[in-house]
Amino acid sequence: MQYSSQAVAKPYFIAAIGLFIGQILFGLIIGTQYVIGDFLFPEIPFNVARMVHTNLLIVWLLFGFMGAAYYLVPEEAERELFSPKLAIAMFWIFLVAGALTIVGYLAVPYATLAAATGNDLLPTMGREFLEQPTITKIGIVVVALAFLYNIGMTIITGRKTVINIVLLTGLTGLAVFFLFSFYNPINLVLDKMFWWWVVHLWVEGVWELIMGAILAFVLIRLTGVDREVIEKWLYVIIAMALITGIIGTGHHYYWIGTPEYWQWWGSIFSALEPIPFFMMTVFAFTMVNRRRKEHPNKAATLWALGCAVMAFLGAGVWGFLHTLAPVNFYTHGSQITAAHGHMAFYGAYVLIVITMISYAWPHLHHKAPAANGRAQLFEMWSFWIMTISIVFITLFLTGAGILQVYLQRVSDTPLPFMVVQDKIALFYWLRLWTGVIFFVGLCLYVYSFFAKDNKSLASS
Amino acid sequence: MTTSRKHDAGGLPGDFAIWIFIFAELLVFGVFFLAYAFSRANNVELFNESQLHLNRIAGAANTVVLLTSSYFVVRAVAAIRADNARRCGHWLLSAIGMGSVFLVIKMFEFGEKFSAGISLSTNTFFMFYLSLTFFHFMHVILGIVILAAVLLKARSGGYSAANHTGVETGASYWHMVDLVWLILFPLVYVIH
Repeated sequence: MQYSSQAVAKPYFIAAIGLFIGQILFGLIIGTQYVIGDFLFPEIPFNVARMVHTNLLIVWLLFGFMGAAYYLVPEEAERELFSPKLAIAMFWIFLVAGALTIVGYLAVPYATLAAATGNDLLPTMGREFLEQPTITKIGIVVVALAFLYNIGMTIITGRKTVINIVLLTGLTGLAVFFLFSFYNPINLVLDKMFWWWVVHLWVEGVWELIMGAILAFVLIRLTGVDREVIEKWLYVIIAMALITGIIGTGHHYYWIGTPEYWQWWGSIFSALEPIPFFMMTVFAFTMVNRRRKEHPNKAATLWALGCAVMAFLGAGVWGFLHTLAPVNFYTHGSQITAAHGHMAFYGAYVLIVITMISYAWPHLHHKAPAANGRAQLFEMWSFWIMTISIVFITLFLTGAGILQVYLQRVSDTPLPFMVVQDKIALFYWLRLWTGVIFFVGLCLYVYSFFAKDNKSLASS
Repeated sequence: MTTSRKHDAGGLPGDFAIWIFIFAELLVFGVFFLAYAFSRANNVELFNESQLHLNRIAGAANTVVLLTSSYFVVRAVAAIRADNARRCGHWLLSAIGMGSVFLVIKMFEFGEKFSAGISLSTNTFFMFYLSLTFFHFMHVILGIVILAAVLLKARSGGYSAANHTGVETGASYWHMVDLVWLILFPLVYVIH
C-alpha cells in the first residue's frame, strides 16, 4: 500500500463480504421456498426474502465498488485520498441506512414500510430491485455524491490515468442513472422503460466501465505489462461495451408496449453485447501470458482470470441465449432469465469485487503483496467451489427454464404456470443443494482471511 | 518512421485501436444489413413498393458527396506524407465540408419523410430505412468530429512526414463511414 488513506477501503471490503453472506443465506431461504412453499411462512414470505436477496447483492457490490475505488484511485492518482474522513463517514451512513432498510423489509409488511417512510409524498417504491423506501434512495444519492466528490477531487488534483478516468466515468454514470429510480410515471409502459435505465444501463452499461477499470488496474499490478498496452485494450473494450450496451437496452423493450422497431434494435445491438466480454477474456489471458514478473498473489490472478471467463459465459453467452426477439418471445420472464442473472452477476460483478479484495487485502492487512500460501490455497478452493456451484446452478435453472418454456408456452397443450412449476421441481431441488455447496465455498472464502501459514501453525 | 515501415510491410495504416473499432462498427452494420436482407426476403412486395418513396436523387448525390470527401481525405494523407501540413489541413477541411453537405442533404431527406408522416413504425421497410440511415448519419457526425480533431492537430504542427499516424487513423475511420454508405445506398435505395 503506497498511501495510508487507501486504508479506508478496508471497512468497505469487510461490509461487502458480510452482506454477501447475508445475500447467500437469503438465497438459500428462497431456494427452499421454491420447493417447500410455506417454509418460514408467515415470518419471512417469499417476496420479502427475494427482495432482501437481490437488494443485499446490489448493496454489497456497491460497497465493493466504493472500496475498490478508494483503494485504486489514490494509487493511480499518486496522491492521498482527498478526504479519508468523508469516506469513513459515508461508510457508516451507508451501512446504517442499508441495515435499517433490510430490518424494515423484515420487520413490517411492505405497505406499512411504505406508509411509514412517506412513500405517498414521492412514490418510488414497489418496483423490482428499487424497492428501497424513498428516504433510503435519497440517502444513496447523498452517499454517491459525497463519494464522487471525494474520488473526483482526488483524480482532478492528481495524476490522470485512463483507468482513473474510465472508473470515474463509470461511477458517475452509476449515480446519474440511479436518479431514474425517482421517476415513477403512472403509465406502466413508461414506468418499465425508465426502470430499465437504472437496471440495464447499470449492469450492461456503466458497471462494465467500472469492471474494466478494476480489471485493468489489477492486471497492471499482477503482470507488470506496460500501462500503454493495457490502456489501449481498456479503451476498445469500453467503446464496444457502450456501442452495444446502450441501444442493447432495447432487448427489454420487446413486449412492454414500446414500438415494434425495438425488436430489431434490441436484437441487433444486444446480439453483439458478448463481444466486449469476450475481448475482456482475451485481454486478461493475453496480459497474464505476457507477464513480466511472477507476482506472489496467485489467488488474485485466479480470481481475475475467473472473472473474465465467467463474465463472458454468464453475461455474454447466457445473455445471448435469449436476447433475440423471436427467442425471447418464448423465454422472457422464465427460469432462463434467472439462470442468466445468477451467472452474469457472479461472473462479472461478484468476481471483480473479490478480485480487487484479493489483490488489495494483503496490502491493507498484512502490509505484504500476498497472503500466506495456506490462505491463498483456501481462497483458490473457495473460488473453484463457488464457481463450479454457480455453473451448476445456472445449468439446473437453464434445464428448468427450457422445460418451463416448452410445457407452458411452446407445446400444443400448454400447461398452467403452477402445474409446470411442480413438474420442474427436481431442478429446483438440485439448485438448492448446489446453493448449499456454494455457501460452503463462501465459508471457506471467509476462513481464508484467518488462515495462518503452516509455520505459525506448527509453532503455535 | 514506424508508419512508413508499416506501409512497406503492408500493415494497417493508423492506430491499431481504430481498426478494432472499425471492425466492430462494420460488424454492427453487417448484422443490420443481413437482418434487412432476411426481412426483405419475407416481404419482397412491401419492400419494393415502399422503396419507390425514397429520394434516389438525394441518395445518389450523397454518394458522390461522400466519395469526393474520401478523395479529399486521401489527398490529405498524401499531403502530410509529403510533409506539407498546411495542404493536409486544407484537404481535411474540404473533406469536413463535404461531410457537412452530406448531413444537410440527409436532413432534407429526413424532413421530407417525417412531413409525409413516415416513422419507424410505418412498416418494416421504413423501420430499416430510417434506422440504417440514422445510425449512418450519427457515424458521419462522429467522423467529422474525428477529422476536425485531426485538423486542429495538423494546423498546430502536430504531424509530419515522419509521424502522421493520427491523420491515417482519422482517414481510416472516414473511409469506413464512406464504405458503409456505399453498401447502404444500393441495398436500401436501389436494389429492387
